[in-house]
Amino acid sequence: MAKEKIFCNLSISVQELDFDIQYEIDNIKRRKKNFGGLASFLGQVRDSAENDKTLLFLELEHYPDMTEKEITSICNDALGKWELHDIRVIHRVGKLIPGDNIVLVLATSSHREEAFKAVEFIMDFLKSRVPIWKKEHYENNSSWVKSKKSDEELLSRW
Amino acid sequence: MKILYFAWLREKIGVSFEEKEIKAVTVIGLIEELVLLDEKYSIAFSDLSFIRVAVDQKLIQDFKTSIKDAKEIAFFPPMTGG
Repeated sequence: MAKEKIFCNLSISVQELDFDIQYEIDNIKRRKKNFGGLASFLGQVRDSAENDKTLLFLELEHYPDMTEKEITSICNDALGKWELHDIRVIHRVGKLIPGDNIVLVLATSSHREEAFKAVEFIMDFLKSRVPIWKKEHYENNSSWVKSKKSDEELLSRW
Repeated sequence: MKILYFAWLREKIGVSFEEKEIKAVTVIGLIEELVLLDEKYSIAFSDLSFIRVAVDQKLIQDFKTSIKDAKEIAFFPPMTGG
């Protein structure tokens, strides 16, 4: 007999506002108690003091009409691979300073392996398939973050 | 047709979007047409390995993709989200 497909709550936000990981976790726990585990990834702006340059802030530009659509499509791909109860993705845009939250991915499933894998999968694709670009601003100059070949290569493992 | 530019492509071309009457029927045809218009395009599109394209908000891999019925083409560098 075919396994009954779990209904998954999918919630995606692209926003300038900060978020609170505990609030987001509690929000899922309030609604559902039937999952066995929740995996999370929280990304923040790294305080990268390279070559005596101190990062003042990061500017995240995006393609507003497309960003949410792309994230949705990535999450739907994850749902095709693993049985998940909830997916919550928040990606911030705009000006962010070191220590600021950038991205949150939460996934719940009956067993841990699926939640871990889903979070990793979603993060891998957020890195190089979602139309978001980072610009680093230093005291005297600024530069667009270059995409890493290693990030692109990671996609082939899925 | 609406053409959008993001990140350093937007900076090199100097606008975030523009409306243009286009004769080209493919993505690569559009790039060639733009490059003939002004030097800023030839600078921005000088290395296509750094150019990513979305046709009507869908990423495309092949520059020969048709844009005949497209409303919106976006050009941007490789993405650096997450």
